[in-house]
Amino acid sequence: MNIVVLTKWVPEPEGTPTIGEDGLLVREGADGGLDPGDEYGLEAALQLVEAAGDGEITLLTMGPEIAQAALQRGLAMGAHKGVRITDESLRGADSLVTARVLAAAIKRQPFDLVIGGVESTDGYTGIVPAAIAELLGLPGLTFARELHLSDGTLTIERQTAAGYDVVVAPLPIVITVTAGATEPRYPSLKGVMAAKSKPVETLTLSDLGLSGDDVTPTQTVAEVTDAPPKQGGETVEFDDTTAARIADVLAEAKVI
Amino acid sequence: MKIWVWADVTPDGPAPSALELLTKARELGDDVAAVALGPGATASADALGSHGATKVFASDDEIFANHLAQPAVQAIAGLVEEHSPDLILFPASYDARDVAGRLHARIGSTLMANATDVLGPDKARTEILGGTKVVDVQLKGPTPRLVIVRPQSFAAEPSGGTAEVVDVKVDIPDELTTAERTERHEEAASGPRLESAKVVVAGGRGLGGPDAFEQLEKLAAAIGNAAVGASRAAVDAGWVPYSYQIGQTGKTVKPEVYICAGISGALQHLVGMKSAKRIVAITKDADAPILKIADLGVVGDLFQVVPALTEEIEKRRTGS
Ligand SMILES: Cc1cc2nc3c(=O)[nH]c(=O)nc-3n(C[C@H](O)[C@H](O)[C@H](O)COP(=O)(O)OP(=O)(O)OC[C@H]3O[C@@H](n4cnc5c(N)ncnc54)[C@H](O)[C@@H]3O)c2cc1C
Ligand SMILES: Nc1ncnc2c1ncn2[C@@H]1O[C@H](COP(=O)(O)O)[C@@H](O)[C@H]1O
Repeated sequence: MNIVVLTKWVPEPEGTPTIGEDGLLVREGADGGLDPGDEYGLEAALQLVEAAGDGEITLLTMGPEIAQAALQRGLAMGAHKGVRITDESLRGADSLVTARVLAAAIKRQPFDLVIGGVESTDGYTGIVPAAIAELLGLPGLTFARELHLSDGTLTIERQTAAGYDVVVAPLPIVITVTAGATEPRYPSLKGVMAAKSKPVETLTLSDLGLSGDDVTPTQTVAEVTDAPPKQGGETVEFDDTTAARIADVLAEAKVI
Repeated sequence: MKIWVWADVTPDGPAPSALELLTKARELGDDVAAVALGPGATASADALGSHGATKVFASDDEIFANHLAQPAVQAIAGLVEEHSPDLILFPASYDARDVAGRLHARIGSTLMANATDVLGPDKARTEILGGTKVVDVQLKGPTPRLVIVRPQSFAAEPSGGTAEVVDVKVDIPDELTTAERTERHEEAASGPRLESAKVVVAGGRGLGGPDAFEQLEKLAAAIGNAAVGASRAAVDAGWVPYSYQIGQTGKTVKPEVYICAGISGALQHLVGMKSAKRIVAITKDADAPILKIADLGVVGDLFQVVPALTEEIEKRRTGS
């Protein structure tokens, strides 16, 4: 079984990212790493391959050179190889461009399953995997909070606003895995060492047969402004009067 | 300007998001239509019409409910080719997000997600960094431009109009129905829905475990018409189901009063609740970011504050 796991490098996964003059997130020189949201999918892939007894996991990322760190982390967790697409013209790539590039890279080799995160920590558009599925002409099983594979058919519990649905599809397919679906493993020391000698391929647009027209962004930042600060806020230490003050807020709002 | 709205529908009628988006669409153009696919579509046409759709492209075919996004994308791509809309607004629901994501790849149109406002047929607004920055985005490339709008960005207002129903007939090839939705499960929730409750009482990691949520339930019961929600930390810990989650990957709430206890106010949480009319935050940490956006911040132990507040409200209610 061949699984492609989409792994995005994000700046400051736990912190507050900064925004540059051009309105884009600052990626160069920022601390960053593998998007925590992608670790759930990678863990799911590792478990599927372990259960099947064979299979190969390829990590795929589109991003600048520092995105290598995301691949390294995934390889240390146990993925077999990595592919990174880096090209000057991809700065400011939107979801359409990203999906075209990733889909073109996926198509270069046989695969059974493509796994992505529900949404990235920095962009959180949550549309790239669905777009990839369309470009590959495959079903997309999104928001999987549990998955079972048997006889080439994947069954997932798909998160919904009110509960969950059960959704079934034969491979090959594209899926996204929610946070909390799996418990991502930590790389072992052995894994970290082994990752250093695992193969990583770097590709440019021309390697993928894509032209500048395919990757022209379809949206640009027109303006970034500060949101108006909230007025009139007040902070108090809890004492005997606090409960009445909160109740007053409820009374002013006419809800009690 | 042809403005279309993707309407999520069920046999119970259109989702509130459809009516919110139609209200906005009316402001943006005079030729407003809705696309409604799946059981309940035709029956929803009255409500969609009375909120501004002059046409509803509708099909009640179960294929759209049972096979996820692919049949819907096939249908709407055909409609787009035939009628050339300028802009299509989608709600940020699970299903609609997939339809929009696939459609933009198929037709090569731009797609902007997480919009909080639509400024025109080629410009939309979003908020980032927990709502501290406002970003206006220019939409380019071939029409239609596609925008996914966050829930409750607009208030639904009826226009009193009526819609002509246009039957959508498409042949869906078999290869687009290999994915199948075989079961639906609803996790029972008591009390009012989070999205429409006048008061939301939310708990986070500071609650320390599932038992403490009972204290919030008691507070909500004392207030009346209040719903209980949670931060992702509390959901991930398994203390309450995912349907409680408020924030970027959960629900967006806009109550009259939002009371939270043991929530620090991470950016991803703030986007789901910061538009509440009044915010009361209870936390032990005087530096917690939630205090910066709270109208009333209380630094203290929630295990003292919450029961004291419940008691105060009960006292006022009984007039003693
Ligand atoms: C892609 C992505 C999406 C996300 N989506 C969401 C989302 O939709 N919703 C969401 O909420 N989060 C989301 N998060 C997670 C978010 O970043 C935070 O981790 C989470 O909101 C923290 O939850 P919390 O405030 O309950 O916990 P913490 O940040 O740990 O805060 C706990 C607070 O409780 C206080 N406290 C502890 N004990 C007490 C006590 N006895 N009395 C009073 N106060 C006490 C502490 O001082 C602290 O302020 C997302 C993260 C990512 C990366
Ligand atoms: N540049 C990228 N490289 C690799 N995977 C990506 C990239 N962008 C998005 N993805 C995948 O798509 C998911 C959703 O991303 P997004 O649509 O940006 O929220 C992420 O969790 C990743 O799995």
